Amino acid sequence: MDTNIANSNLKSEDYFINMGPQHPATHGVLRLLLTIDGEIIKKVEPDLGYIHRSIEKMSERDSYQQIVHLTDRMDYLSSHINNEAVCLTVENALEIEVPERVKVIRTIIGELTRIASHCLWWGVMGMDVGALTTYFYGFRDREMINDIFEETCGARLTMNYNIPGGLMFDIHPNFVKRTKEFVAHFKTKIPEYDKLLTGNVIFQKRMKGVGILSKEDAISFGASGPVARGSGYSCDVRKYYPYSALDKVTFNEALKTDGDSLARYEVRIQEMWESLSIIEQLIDNIPEGDYKVATKAVIKLPKGEFYQKVETARGELGVFINSTGTKNPYRLKFRSPGFSNLSLLNHIAVGGKIGDLVASMATLDLVIPDIDR
Amino acid sequence: MILSINIVENDIFNMLLIAAIYLGIFSVAGLFLVLLERKVAAWFQLRLGPNRVGPWGLLQTMADALKLVSKELTGTIKADKFLYNLAPYFVIISSLMALAVFPFTQEFQAFDINIGIFFLIAISSIGVIGILLGGWASNNKFALIGAMRSGVQTISYELSVGLSLVTMVLLTGTLQLSEIIEVQKSGWLIVQGHIPAIIAFMIYMIAGTAETNRAPFDMVEAESELGAGFHTEYSGMKFAYFFLAEFINMFIIAAIGTTVFFGGWLSPFGITESIPWLGIFWFLGKTFALVFLMMWFRWTFPRLRVDQLLTLEWKYLLPLNLLNIVLMALIVWLGLTIQI
Amino acid sequence: MTNEALQNLINGWIPLLEFTEEGSQFLNISVKPEHFHQLMEQLKSNSETNFDYLFCVTGMDWGKDLGVIYHLESTTHRHIIVVKVKTEDRENPTFDTVSDIWKTAEFHEREVFDFFGIKFNNHPNMERLFLTDEWEGFPLRKDYVDEVNMVIK
Repeated sequence: MDTNIANSNLKSEDYFINMGPQHPATHGVLRLLLTIDGEIIKKVEPDLGYIHRSIEKMSERDSYQQIVHLTDRMDYLSSHINNEAVCLTVENALEIEVPERVKVIRTIIGELTRIASHCLWWGVMGMDVGALTTYFYGFRDREMINDIFEETCGARLTMNYNIPGGLMFDIHPNFVKRTKEFVAHFKTKIPEYDKLLTGNVIFQKRMKGVGILSKEDAISFGASGPVARGSGYSCDVRKYYPYSALDKVTFNEALKTDGDSLARYEVRIQEMWESLSIIEQLIDNIPEGDYKVATKAVIKLPKGEFYQKVETARGELGVFINSTGTKNPYRLKFRSPGFSNLSLLNHIAVGGKIGDLVASMATLDLVIPDIDR
Repeated sequence: MILSINIVENDIFNMLLIAAIYLGIFSVAGLFLVLLERKVAAWFQLRLGPNRVGPWGLLQTMADALKLVSKELTGTIKADKFLYNLAPYFVIISSLMALAVFPFTQEFQAFDINIGIFFLIAISSIGVIGILLGGWASNNKFALIGAMRSGVQTISYELSVGLSLVTMVLLTGTLQLSEIIEVQKSGWLIVQGHIPAIIAFMIYMIAGTAETNRAPFDMVEAESELGAGFHTEYSGMKFAYFFLAEFINMFIIAAIGTTVFFGGWLSPFGITESIPWLGIFWFLGKTFALVFLMMWFRWTFPRLRVDQLLTLEWKYLLPLNLLNIVLMALIVWLGLTIQI
Repeated sequence: MTNEALQNLINGWIPLLEFTEEGSQFLNISVKPEHFHQLMEQLKSNSETNFDYLFCVTGMDWGKDLGVIYHLESTTHRHIIVVKVKTEDRENPTFDTVSDIWKTAEFHEREVFDFFGIKFNNHPNMERLFLTDEWEGFPLRKDYVDEVNMVIK
């Protein structure tokens, strides 16, 4: 009997699975073409563009004030930080110095946004590995932040609170009080998260040693944010290129060196603590003053190229503006963190099981509109 | 109770009547279990759960069932029609059959055969054929993976369920469920068998949860990996059969656990021995305590990965089970059981 | 390393480099397409520059020229440089890929190809990423017209 399958007439084909664009684990309209061998993943090929709105092309016809609104719809979980990125680029280009009050408020709301985003991530990440209860715990705490936002700027998700030159309006009188309440509340809730999920033996087994990304690969793949920091690559834009009031606060950059899914998970949990500490340092010292400086109704950037990095909840967001001196950018490019982080999915998922792919994808914390733009 | 019959009488009318009554009771019981799960989930998840249809939302699942009955049955063109339609019946019939042998009270038992435990183990393995058929026949890649996982999982965990019950059979010396309960009049088996019985109970609960394909062993559905797994292509009443079967299976696993480990309808320390019909409350009370335990698992644990699932069974539970049988045999042989 | 030091160091490597800091906060290098890959390789491998982090790849349509802008950062020295490469060929613009140097470039170059039609030699998978395969034209080019879907004020 011929035991050598390669020599026999048996044909073997790759088994393709079409995961998405409507799939519970892809959190949006990401489509993954999986080549699998039984349960083992041989190749992951992302297919993008299901929610592409061509924000870069639209920006070429819009004024700078209008572009800020479009950025809400990129990474909608970090909408405030996206707005801030564009505003900072424009302010730097025009050499506008915004009041201290604006800087502090931007930083506080930015960190609240980061916590809200991580809460949501924590909830859906638990769901992805099968722990359905986490979702509601994460959303309970995120709800408090959304309420604070709603009171101050009227929106819960797509904030639109920043304008070039400052803020749309001043903070609500309750803002300081409610933020303090939230900080006190949330400090008791992160340990609860750990009790429910982090220490669970099944969870540890699912995450440890899964989706390993080395530091060299993290840099080469352009990873940023918690994904890169889980691999021991220190890349926090808030540390290296501080913007707004981040140069006035002290905080530790969450770093883990294991590079596996658990490390990325722990980095985000740690980041929530750091964000709380940043808020605590600033919330009592919001300086008095104007909430914006007057800008011209039609903003024209000088001729040249401008680049601004900020740290969203997902990593490094870059805004590149090429201006020819008119009221619209000649070319505007968003370097989105999710796009680079997605590119390494194939690298960390190959050789794992389908369950591992879902777990590592959850720790990449992808937001599809951020990738598609 | 009027339901008590002797199978030898072979009275066809009686049998049909009992069948109808059982079907009626357990479809309602299944719906109640679904409601219970939703309420329990809500308590775990800081929300209210169903509270609109009927008082405290009690009629919610009835409304859901009505909706499912009235829904259009959709399916894929490329499906193997015969097997595709057969699969849900395999699943629901096998789980309803298993209910026949349980002694709910001393007299309330439809079918008291002398191989009761064996019958239960045998019947519960038929259900997986339905899942395999459904996954295979619906011609969907996700369903196929779900079905493959189900086959692997059920075959593996069947061993542990069987062996942990065999451990207890060593103690009872009979497979007949009514006699197993008789034996427990001198102490529930989990007390009589103490250490090996507790180990056997823990293995039984883990394996039992796995056999009903519930979280943390819900590989078969694993919605974040496979969408809906083996029943991706099912809709309407056919989906409802799968859904109901899952809950009845959960009830069955808990009922076996109650009967074999916790004295079935016996009251603790015989406090209501003079009123035999109260046994139903003790039986259901104990069963729902175990059902609640399984729901607790589901709403707090993450899901295992498929290879970890098999590692758990073949490398830990199975050897432990075999050792436990030897231990139990030693204890029975040396007369170290606890008799009250 | 300061911008002047970088300029002095890199200037000797490749002929016909143009350096400018005008209108940008970073040092800009313009390089001819034929020397492009060699320059990028040296920027990464040289221990003094060590640009190991490619964080932004921007396709550009300057009207006459098509090109790509690469933003590079060194994670050890923390300096940033911008490399520009351009061509006048609008029919069949082609550059060498840098996806063998930085793995992230594989995705970014596909994005540039998708929207600007710039091809990259030796790229492992030069296909459209966002748009469908049958899409005609390259939307982010300045001369792209789509009378149905584009709203122009």
